[in-house]
Amino acid sequence: MNPGMNAALNSGMAPVATPFFFYMLGGLAVAGAVLVITRRNAVHSALALIVTLLAVAGLYLMLYAPFVAGVQIIVYAGGIMVLFLFVIMLVNIERASKERRFNRMWPLGLAAACALMALFVSAFVKGRALFPDRMMTLPESSNTQQIATMLYGEAGRMGQYTFAFEIASLLLLVAILGAVIMTKKKI
Amino acid sequence: MPNFIMSYLGSTVTPGEAGNQFWALMYVLIIFAGVSTAVICMNWIERKALAHFQVRLGPMRVGPHGLLQPFADALKLMLKEDIIPAEADQFVFWVAPLIGLLAAFTVYTVIPFGPSQAVSDMNIGILFMLGVSSLGVLGIVVAGWASNSHYPLIGALRSSAQMVSYEVAMGLAVVSAILMTSLNASGTGTLSMIGIVQAQQQQGVWFIFKFFPLGFIALVIFAIAMIAETNRAPFDMAEAESELTAGYHTEYSGLRWSLFMLAEYAAMIAVSSIAVTLWLGGWMRPFPNLLNAPAWDFIFSLFPGLTFLGLAAIAFVGAARMPAHSFFKIQRIGLAVFAALLGFIALLLFVIAVVGRSADTSVAARFREGIDYVYWFVLKVAVFMYLFIWYRATWPRYRFDQLMRVGWKVLLPISLGVLVVTAIVGVIVS
Repeated sequence: MNPGMNAALNSGMAPVATPFFFYMLGGLAVAGAVLVITRRNAVHSALALIVTLLAVAGLYLMLYAPFVAGVQIIVYAGGIMVLFLFVIMLVNIERASKERRFNRMWPLGLAAACALMALFVSAFVKGRALFPDRMMTLPESSNTQQIATMLYGEAGRMGQYTFAFEIASLLLLVAILGAVIMTKKKI
Repeated sequence: MPNFIMSYLGSTVTPGEAGNQFWALMYVLIIFAGVSTAVICMNWIERKALAHFQVRLGPMRVGPHGLLQPFADALKLMLKEDIIPAEADQFVFWVAPLIGLLAAFTVYTVIPFGPSQAVSDMNIGILFMLGVSSLGVLGIVVAGWASNSHYPLIGALRSSAQMVSYEVAMGLAVVSAILMTSLNASGTGTLSMIGIVQAQQQQGVWFIFKFFPLGFIALVIFAIAMIAETNRAPFDMAEAESELTAGYHTEYSGLRWSLFMLAEYAAMIAVSSIAVTLWLGGWMRPFPNLLNAPAWDFIFSLFPGLTFLGLAAIAFVGAARMPAHSFFKIQRIGLAVFAALLGFIALLLFVIAVVGRSADTSVAARFREGIDYVYWFVLKVAVFMYLFIWYRATWPRYRFDQLMRVGWKVLLPISLGVLVVTAIVGVIVS
């Protein structure tokens, strides 16, 4: 624990990661996700999605993963959602809002969602031993450094996930090149 | 006095780190009041400076030299009818200015006005600032769409494309500065805003001068990108009045419009603070390591008082040079009172500087230090704020394709190059 945290605990102050905040953020995330699919207006859906993404960023903060929370805000809420809105704004909202929202595939979707839920529940019930029995209190102040060590490794030694990380970035590069080639016929 | 109020006094960490909610709230209120005052001052200075750039007088009627003009404007905006167009999307129209305002003000929680003069110090400070300030574009985009009108929509589209583009160059410039923080014994850098300034203190150099000219180029790229990020001239494509009436806020009026303006100026101060923190040594006075004798400490701590004394002198000269006509009598008295007020503040600051001269940990000494830190930080930010005005008066507006070309084909390659060269030089040096 960092000194600030120690001081906070010594002064009798409860840590921020209380159940109240968890249920508030979780509720916000779920409410936003429901609004995304029930709003007729695509821009309203996008705004609800932003609320969900920010609530999830808050949940990451509660899990003592501030770096992931920051990246979530920058990449998803700040970057991707702006591009989403950019495209949606050009769509004819009038016509889109009159179309039927759910096609005949919805029972299939519901079944798939239920199956996924069942999978999660069974994993939680059967694999209980794999989960830590109490909340970990990781040092918040070194979260970024820990991620860096995992991704890039210590001096002279490859990290745990260096290879996977490099492969993922190569994949993204391929996707970017593909997008450029698809939009520009002549290069 | 309750323990939770007194126990923090004399502390060397931020209230957020000390877990003191009372002082954290106090700091939030102080910063909110300070930023709002700064926006009012900026409004007056911008109009006056622009006018003098263009050989005009600027506001002269409301108060001496138009000093009360911002207050008159604020009153007008509050009393003005607040129109929501019938065809607009009511809820989104209503919420759009608030998004911009929230994004602009939230970042102030991590801006370090001093080593303990910040609401909180986050491990991910700079990441948090960039992330939350990038949410500000959502307010603009959504406002343009919700107005259900052509000019605002085009303004919003331009703005989103522009801000997303310039964020890339901005981020890369920031990364090259963060790389420099890792040049210490342990080889680990930091993203914390306070940590970045402390790294500059340890290395004994502001990052603008580090690996000259690499740090300087990164700062220039950031300074260009931050104008585009805040939609200011010459990159104010989102509100180009010659093409788009007023761009994304064409349909806004009254208080709602003024919220957009408040958000824009608050965001300008916020990005200037990032630049100051990353490259100009944040709260540090000039030469903190070279001229570190207590005598130098004392001399530099006189600067806040001298600044206010200079302002008071200017105001006194203005009062003395008022025309002798009886019409100007009230204005002359008002300006003289204002000058006396500034002089009183100067006196107060001198008293604090003298009383808190000793370098011990008494409350007076810490108070003196705090004033010094905040003064140097605000002074550096003020330079950037003046540059914003200067750019606006100097350069004509860019065309949209030129803007995009500068962002993607000039700034991005240069910032990538600076990043790579900084990394190579850093490895060679360490």
